[in-house]
Amino acid sequence: MSVDAVLSIQGLKTYFFTRSGIARAVDDVSLEVRPGETLGIVGESGSGKSVTFLSVLRLVPPPGKTVSGEIIFEGQDLLQMPLQKLRNIRGKRIGIVFQDPMTSLNPFLRIGDQVAETLLVHEKISRNKALDRAVGILEKVGISDAASRLEDYPHRFSGGMRQRVMIASALIANPSLLIADEPTTALDVTIQAQVLDLFTHIKSEFSTAIVLITHNLGIVAGMADHAAVMYSGRVVEYAKTTDLFAHPRHPYTLALLKTLPRPGDMQPSVQPIPGMPPDLTCLPRGCSFFDRCAFRMDRCLEESPPLISFGPGHQASCWVDIEKGQNPVSE
Amino acid sequence: MKIRVASIPQLAPDPVISSLSPRAVVWSRLSRDPWMMTCAIALGAVLLSTILAPWIAPYPYDQIELRLGASAPSWNHWMGTDTLGRDLLSRCFYGGQISIAVGVVGTLVSLVIGVLYGSISGYRGGRTDELMMRFVDLLYSLPYLFLVIILLVFFSSSILMLFVALGLVQWLTMARIVRGQVLSLKNAEFIQAARVSGTNDIGILFRHLLPNMAGPIVVYATLTVPSVILQEAFLSFLGLGVQPPRSSWGTLISDGAGVMGLFPWLVFFPAIALAVVLFALNFLGDGLRDALDPRQRHD
Repeated sequence: MSVDAVLSIQGLKTYFFTRSGIARAVDDVSLEVRPGETLGIVGESGSGKSVTFLSVLRLVPPPGKTVSGEIIFEGQDLLQMPLQKLRNIRGKRIGIVFQDPMTSLNPFLRIGDQVAETLLVHEKISRNKALDRAVGILEKVGISDAASRLEDYPHRFSGGMRQRVMIASALIANPSLLIADEPTTALDVTIQAQVLDLFTHIKSEFSTAIVLITHNLGIVAGMADHAAVMYSGRVVEYAKTTDLFAHPRHPYTLALLKTLPRPGDMQPSVQPIPGMPPDLTCLPRGCSFFDRCAFRMDRCLEESPPLISFGPGHQASCWVDIEKGQNPVSE
Repeated sequence: MKIRVASIPQLAPDPVISSLSPRAVVWSRLSRDPWMMTCAIALGAVLLSTILAPWIAPYPYDQIELRLGASAPSWNHWMGTDTLGRDLLSRCFYGGQISIAVGVVGTLVSLVIGVLYGSISGYRGGRTDELMMRFVDLLYSLPYLFLVIILLVFFSSSILMLFVALGLVQWLTMARIVRGQVLSLKNAEFIQAARVSGTNDIGILFRHLLPNMAGPIVVYATLTVPSVILQEAFLSFLGLGVQPPRSSWGTLISDGAGVMGLFPWLVFFPAIALAVVLFALNFLGDGLRDALDPRQRHD
C-alpha cells in the first residue's frame, strides 16, 4: 500500500458483542483513500460499510467494539490516539455527512450556529467570524441568500436543503477527508442528482478525498474513482470503478451488476440474488457468499478466499476466475 | 480558492423569512393572547403585593385584637380577621412571601439537581445509569416526609433549610423525566453529527440536549411549584415549617379549614390567592414551552 494515502485502514475488525453471540460486523477490512480521490463503498444493508467508517472516528455504538486493526490518517493511528486528540480530528480533518438530513440537524439550533459549530469547537474564532464563514460555505453548497437564512431553524428547510446544510457543516473546517454515509438515500431522485452534482463540484474545488458509502451502484459508477464491494463484513472486491464494472471478478459483484435494470432491454433482465446474507454471529468457515454463489466449488466451503490480485489494482476474494467461467455450478 | 457559485443550482428562498428569538415569541404571544396577558398580570400583581407587604399591608401581621375575634370582611378588614382578630389581608400578603419563596426555591433546587442528575445518568448510560437510577428508586421508596424530617432535625429547622429540604426530595421525578429524554435523544443523528464535528460531552449536553428537553422540563417545573407550596403547608401543620405568628398560605388555609363551617372567609381568601398563582403558573408554563420550541412558532 502506498504511503501517500490520506486514510489507510489495515486489518480492521469491529465486532458487536451481543447476547446472541459475537457479530463480526467488520472482519479484517483493509482499504485506502488517496488525496483527492473518491472511493465508493458498495454493499447491502448489514455488510459493514457504515460500521467501517464509524470505526474510523471511533463512534461505534456499544456493544460494538473495534478489536484490532490500524487506521492511519495523515500519518497518525486514530485507534491508538487519546480521545482528546481524536476530537481535534473529528470535524476538522474528517467531515461526515449522514444519511437522513431530516434528523441530522438539531431542531433547536439555528442553521448558522449549527454550521459554525465545527469552527467554534476547533478554532479560536469569534462567533461573528464563524458565522461569516458559514455564509460563505452555505453559498458554495447552493443555499441562496445564505446570510438571511442563518437565523432560521432547520424546520424551515426542505430535505435537499438540509442535506446541503449538512454538507456545508462537514466542509466548513476544510477537512482533507469527507465521509458521506448514503448521503442521497433519503432524498428524491431529482434532489439526489443535485446533491451528487454538488459532491462532484466539491471534489474539484476543495480537492477533498471523499468516501461515498452507498448501496446504489449507479452512484458509484458516476462518482467514484475506485470502488470497494463489501459483503458480510469483508471487502470482497476492490478495483478502479471502470474495471469493476467492465470486468467484475467476484461472483457477488457480478450478481449485483445483474440486478441493475438495463435500459433498452426488452426482457425483464433484472436478476435478483437468491438467498439471504449470512448471520454475522455465525459466519461459515469458508466463503460467506457460498450459499448464494453461482460459481461455488468444494474448496469454497472449506477455505475462505483471501483478496487475490487479478491485475494492477484489482483484487477480489474468490478462488474462481469467473471470467474464464471455471467451475460454474449448474442449478 | 476559486468560487464558482454560478455552476450550482440555487434554490429559491423560503417565502417565510422571520425567525423570532424565544423572548420575542413569549412577548408576542403575551401581547396577542388575552388569557396569557391576564395570567401574567395576575401573577405579577400577587408577586408585587407580597414583596411590598411591609409597606402596603394595612396592619402588622401579628397584631392581635381579641375583641374583634373572627370578624367577617368589612371596610376596615377587607378579608376579615382570624379567630385572634388578626387582619387576614395583611397575613395573606406576608404569607405569600413564604409560600412563593418556598415554591420558587424548592423548584429551583429540584430543577438543578434533577436535570444534572438525570442527564448525567442518561448520558453515561450502562452501569452508571443503573446505579444512579437504583439510588433514585431507593429514595422514592422512602416516605418523603421522613426524609424532610430527618433533614430538618439534623440541620437547623430554619425556613431556608425547609426550602432546601423540600427541593431535595422533589428532584426525583425530574431526574427520571430528564433521564428518559436524554436516553431517547442521545442516539439521535444530530447528536451523532455534533459528536462527529468534535463537540465534547459538555457541549453536547448543554448546547444540543438541554434545549431539546426544555418543553417537558418547563412543564414539570411549573407542576412542581404548587406541590412544593402544598407540602410546605403540610409540614407547617406538623410544626416543622413556618412557626406562628408567621404565616404562609399553606398554614392560613389549614388553619381556616378547621373553622370553615363557622368562618368560611378564613379559608376562602388564602385559597383564592394560592389558586390564582398556580393557575397563572400553569398557563404561563404552557406558553413558555411553546415559545421554546421553534417548531411551534407559527409567526
